Amino acid sequence: MFVMDLSQLKKLDVSDLVVELEEISRKCRIDILKMVYRAQAGHPGGSLSEIDLLVALYCTQLRFRVDDPEWSDRDRFILSKGHASPGLYSILSKVGFIKEKDLLSYRELGGICQGHVDMKFTPGVDFSAGSLGMGLSFGLGCALAARLDNSTRNCYVMLGDGEIQEGSVWEAIMASRHHEVGNLKVILDCNRIQNDDFVNTQMRLFDIPKKWSSFGWEVKEIDGHNMNEILDGLNWLKNNNNLPSVLIANTVKGKGISFMENNPKFHGAAPNEEQYKSALIELGVDN
Amino acid sequence: MTELAASRDGYGKALLSMATDEKVIVLEADLGKSTKSCWFREKYPNRTISCGIGEQNMMLVAAGLASSGYRPFASTFAIFTERAFEQVRNGIARPNLPVHICGSHGGTHTGTDGSSAQSIEDIAIYRSLPNMIVMHPCDDNSTEQLTIQLLKQDSPSYTRTARNKTPRIYEINDSRLEIGKGVILREGGDIAIIACGVMVSKSIEAAELLNSIGYDVAVVDMHTIKPIDTDLLDKLSSRYKALITVEDHNIIGGLGGSVAEYLSQKSNTILRRIGVKDRFGESGQAEEMLKLLNISTNDIVDTVVEVISEVK
Repeated sequence: MFVMDLSQLKKLDVSDLVVELEEISRKCRIDILKMVYRAQAGHPGGSLSEIDLLVALYCTQLRFRVDDPEWSDRDRFILSKGHASPGLYSILSKVGFIKEKDLLSYRELGGICQGHVDMKFTPGVDFSAGSLGMGLSFGLGCALAARLDNSTRNCYVMLGDGEIQEGSVWEAIMASRHHEVGNLKVILDCNRIQNDDFVNTQMRLFDIPKKWSSFGWEVKEIDGHNMNEILDGLNWLKNNNNLPSVLIANTVKGKGISFMENNPKFHGAAPNEEQYKSALIELGVDN
Repeated sequence: MTELAASRDGYGKALLSMATDEKVIVLEADLGKSTKSCWFREKYPNRTISCGIGEQNMMLVAAGLASSGYRPFASTFAIFTERAFEQVRNGIARPNLPVHICGSHGGTHTGTDGSSAQSIEDIAIYRSLPNMIVMHPCDDNSTEQLTIQLLKQDSPSYTRTARNKTPRIYEINDSRLEIGKGVILREGGDIAIIACGVMVSKSIEAAELLNSIGYDVAVVDMHTIKPIDTDLLDKLSSRYKALITVEDHNIIGGLGGSVAEYLSQKSNTILRRIGVKDRFGESGQAEEMLKLLNISTNDIVDTVVEVISEVK
């Protein structure tokens, strides 16, 4: 089983770190593909768009103890787009919260990897998601709790761009600014596709950075697949401690598997056998 | 003379009593003056979180706090908690986080605001969620005591309180009050009325009137609708040929529904449900609403007489 030694990663210089992280991402993409293919259900597109961000976050920023998942002073990570669970399960297995064989339980009765991430089932999962638009409010509660505890722990929330069509997300954006929670950090996986089609055909979001900054947040945009930009962006997020901040990551839905890229069909569909085999080859797996 | 008090005041007092526990956090959605969480805010502003007019956000902020070891008490009008139903369902009940929701101004008794504010379905809605405790106490003292008991619960809860003053039923610190245990307030040999909330005092009033015309009627305060006190229901159904539930709530899914579901499995006892008959209210004073909806003291009296004549 492959479990990373995070302390070794932290000793690397940036260029070597980027190479390592990209390799971890590749392995996670293989996991995502295998989970969705095996279950013949699930959400590959959003898992592939978010995975570079998750890998960098877990490997370089988050404070946690794999042998004590409930450690009260851990940083929180809330995957609000909880359907993109294969991505999270994959990185949780890489850092050691769950075992590689647990990934096989994805969507299976009795398995710890539920279809949508669930804090009651999976060690390392901080929020039971699956219904969009809920994670930021929950994260605000976690951030306020950290403040009440006088703790330096941070609360990271990942949202999808389609998800911010939910009005209650904007209640949470407004409330987070009102309460000035500098320890609340959002990563927006802006992959431009939602369930039915491209975001722009369903409900246009227009200028997301401008909207968010008009609510008084700190805002930065990056390429969500460029590991150098991701590392810089996550450092920016971590060091913004006075106001809530959002890192808007422009990503490609289905990134890394050509026929899934920018293809709304693979928001929530599994590949067939032929597609699976060609995807494995693309990801460098020797059949 | 009977003292009058509003159950929402009991909620406000309970929050103050619990303030010594630093894990208690109060959340408001611009109705603290109405639900009486404002009393806590005045003394403990640092542990009171304003969520503006945004109930959906409030419920999940409370869930986040609960997941971090805090004991959040979130209140708004009963009707507005319903706007955040799915947040409560998926973000609170499903992960079984100890968030305690108080919906004040519940029922048609809330009066002149009209039907938009008269929640007649809240108890049914929250009762249908796994893990939830659901309560509707009848006066300020029982609300205070039962709310304080919630601190010892590891599950989420919904408590409906009322806006308007009704006769005080309990003394402070009544040893009979316990979450999940109904209280026999008045013994009687002919029939038992099982009531909750503002209808408890109406049921006592009806029982007294009935006594004067020769009927001996028991009255039970079933302040906890979930988990319903099945031991007490067993006792009542073995002692009486008929039971009557009384609530300021739709007869579908509330106290009457809960008692009916239980009795239907094991008892031949006749059950009559007095409640709002699947319709919305309108603007009117509390007493006018009860009359309009056929849930007034006189309606209880008439139903008791009718049912007793049927089972004789």
